[in-house]
Amino acid sequence: MINSRFFNRSELIGFLSLLLLLAVILPLFLDVFRLNLVAKYLTYAFVAIGLVMCWGYGGILSLGQGVFFGLGGYCMAMFLKLEASSVENTKIQSTPGIPDFMDWNQITSLPMFWKPFHSLPLTIIAILVVPTLLAFIIGAAMFKRRVGGVYFAIITQAIAAIATILIIGQQGYTGGINGMTDLRTLNGWDIRTDHAKVILYFFEVFVLFACIIAAQFIRLTKLGRILVAMREQEDRVRFSGYSVANFKIFAFCAAAMFAAIGGAMFTLQIGFMSPSFVGIVPSIEMVIYTAVGGRMSIFGAVYGTLLVNYAKTMLSESFPELWLFGLGGLFIAVVLFFPNGLSGIWRDHVARHVDRLFAMRSSASRKAWASKSVADGAPAE
Amino acid sequence: MFGDYSIGDLGAIFAMQGFAGLILFSVYVLMALGLAIIFGQMGVINMAHGEFMILGAYVTWMTSSFFQSHLPSLFSGYFFVAMILAFIASGSLGMLVEWGLIRHLYKRPLDTLLATWGLSLILQQAYRSVFGAREVGVELPQWMMGSKQVTDTIEVPINGIFVMCLTLAITMVVAWIMFKSRWGKQVRAVVQNRVMAGAVGINTEKVDRYTFGLGCGIAGIAGSAFTMIGSTGPTSGQLYIVDTFLVVVFGGAASLFGTIASAFTISQAQSTMEFFMSGSMAKVLTLLTIVAILMIRPQGLFALKVRK
Repeated sequence: MINSRFFNRSELIGFLSLLLLLAVILPLFLDVFRLNLVAKYLTYAFVAIGLVMCWGYGGILSLGQGVFFGLGGYCMAMFLKLEASSVENTKIQSTPGIPDFMDWNQITSLPMFWKPFHSLPLTIIAILVVPTLLAFIIGAAMFKRRVGGVYFAIITQAIAAIATILIIGQQGYTGGINGMTDLRTLNGWDIRTDHAKVILYFFEVFVLFACIIAAQFIRLTKLGRILVAMREQEDRVRFSGYSVANFKIFAFCAAAMFAAIGGAMFTLQIGFMSPSFVGIVPSIEMVIYTAVGGRMSIFGAVYGTLLVNYAKTMLSESFPELWLFGLGGLFIAVVLFFPNGLSGIWRDHVARHVDRLFAMRSSASRKAWASKSVADGAPAE
Repeated sequence: MFGDYSIGDLGAIFAMQGFAGLILFSVYVLMALGLAIIFGQMGVINMAHGEFMILGAYVTWMTSSFFQSHLPSLFSGYFFVAMILAFIASGSLGMLVEWGLIRHLYKRPLDTLLATWGLSLILQQAYRSVFGAREVGVELPQWMMGSKQVTDTIEVPINGIFVMCLTLAITMVVAWIMFKSRWGKQVRAVVQNRVMAGAVGINTEKVDRYTFGLGCGIAGIAGSAFTMIGSTGPTSGQLYIVDTFLVVVFGGAASLFGTIASAFTISQAQSTMEFFMSGSMAKVLTLLTIVAILMIRPQGLFALKVRK
């Protein structure tokens, strides 16, 4: 159903209820510690939204989203780390003014690629541009040669492995396996206080909704429709004269940029960044958030991320042994029984009743329109 | 860099590094053979392959403990019993998985990837619950310990030689099964054209199940051999899975010969470079090179030309 409006009714309900949940209900009822946990989960939601575009719409499964998440996070962490290791703070080091892990690894001057991260505007540009550029290089190399499907998945996974080994191996430049810790202030503003955490939470929700709207915008344009068409029948789209590779590259780059924003938010919220958020395991976990929420649904991805992470925290707090069984079972169950995830369940079983409710309330003059939309099932993609 | 070494020393170092590479090559080949059958022939991405390997390793460990406590007189030969048990254990688990999980997903290869990843998480946790989180190592029988002096400066460990001979034997058996036996012919027929193979009377479902079982069984043997040169923990399998997939893809997914060639290239490249730089950088460089080559030549080294 081609809809000229930005959100159709069920999407508007989804948007408003998510906004209500994240911006009103959760901050009202959770203490700062739990709110900070939600903020951590939401950073993964950025990745999940990116995956909806690239995997759900474009059919490109990337198992390397952790790399982009990590790149964004590391860019942010480098800025914060430089600010935290001012000359006064690092007087006891043999070379004051450089991050502590560099000092431990006998590095005496700041490496060139660290220099731009003295400035916040350059850092923000780096967060947005560096991961996107990497995605562009990978995407251009692969999609132009028509590498896709499982090969793309395996190669992106290899890239995730390479990134982890590189970060851990280059301890002096990256902080190694411990990552970048002890981050304190953002332009002089202490990010560790409860007050700062709440403000950052609202900022994050704001950015998340900006990303949701951007993703929705992309989906509704011709570009989004070509992406879906490409997923279904790549050859037909190619024969119609579209450059399939360019559209794939775009989707992959957009997903990378979303992931990077999420990573930067993660660093701000949690106060550190480490290779354990970059490698194969976190990357594939991010895919499962999307799969659980529904790979076709932007809102579903956000809910899926929240739910899986909530379950993870709950289970690993009380039954650490069960968590991996639960996560593994979830993977299998989602793939075998609910390929469309939560949003698929919602659409098949709940949305119809919601629509009927609206149909009863709508005025007689609009009755015909409403009943038609019931018949359509009002897809809540 | 070479100034401190004499020519003879350098030769010895290269020979030893080359031999270390050959051991790595054996592990890669054993793991990749099973994966090449499953991924190359059936198109299924089995992320739990490493866990099937570890199952073989744990079976070997249990067998060795059993022989140690109950049949100490036969201890020197336990490995051959363990290998067969490992093959049976991994192979039957593989067939069970094929029946319960994989067979529903043949049309959605990306989803098999996710589902088998879930399976690998479950298996890892199961190993952790049953065998404990600590790594276990088997006790080698007397004849496998020590090393053989080739020249004054070069010596090679006997367990390494044994693993290599084992790899050679298993590769030959697999090659015979796939290319000479009637069953292998059926497998290749199903790969090339499933519908036609079914039409001429091949039970494609049965072929699928046994193929998957065979691939997993070989992974079990790989795990068995793996205990000879390293210790086994619940997550050891995951360390090798990405490398192994790269080996298979780099070699050309459907070609067994390509798999062996690429395993050789990758392992030799890695162990030679380890001499010049740190282990992690050697690995990064090797993986990056493979990824770069795959971007230029996505079909891998040896591509099988099949008209679809």
